[in-house]
Amino acid sequence: MKVLYFASVRETIGIPEEEIELLDGMSTVRELMTWLKQKDGTYERAFAEDALVRVAVNQEYVTLQHPISKDDEIAFFPPVTGG
Amino acid sequence: MIRVQTEDFDLGSELKKMTHKQTTVGGLCSFVGLVRDMAGDAEISAMTLEHYPGMTEKALAEIDAEACERWPLQATLIIHRFGRLVPGDQIVLVAAASAHREAAFEACHFLIDWLKTKAPFWKLEATADGGKWVDARDSDQSAARRWLQTEKDKPTNKDAAE
Repeated sequence: MKVLYFASVRETIGIPEEEIELLDGMSTVRELMTWLKQKDGTYERAFAEDALVRVAVNQEYVTLQHPISKDDEIAFFPPVTGG
Repeated sequence: MIRVQTEDFDLGSELKKMTHKQTTVGGLCSFVGLVRDMAGDAEISAMTLEHYPGMTEKALAEIDAEACERWPLQATLIIHRFGRLVPGDQIVLVAAASAHREAAFEACHFLIDWLKTKAPFWKLEATADGGKWVDARDSDQSAARRWLQTEKDKPTNKDAAE
């Protein structure tokens, strides 16, 4: 999976994107987030408040319950502030 | 039409292009968003806009299509800039052209309200204390929510007559 980070989430994690292998028990966005948080404290900080993290799978907004698969592009970012 | 770009835009020529040889257009409404020099009490020296290439274009095209479905529009335009801007710079232009003014006004308002809560852009303000990501505002969410009204919630001529 290609995982992208934007704005304050990217800044906290320190990289704009990475390849992550889909593992057993990683079937939803929420499970991917939990796995990332356990991997490294920077993710824990970036995802500290679920309510302030927006997620897109293949460039469409989804909820944390959304299923993920190995060819997906998954993006994490804060609420948008354009316009 | 949608455009995501670093370059500035010229309002007059953009609007002229929208109505060129479109003699059925009776009303054209536009909104331009600019970089302010203050955020609360902090002075802003610059603003950097980040976006999600690919998703941005997709989201803007969906917003544009939604407006065209809700109102009878002859033309629409969304231009959003990204990169480093300074106070006074233009950030965004939305415009809608229709046979009558009401559709043009409403569609224009809808375009900017939905863009602000759906298009994946983020603003980083440069202040004397360093860079600060702009927080999303509840007022933008409630502005967008007004367009979620169902048909039965809207006052109609029929209601007024009864």
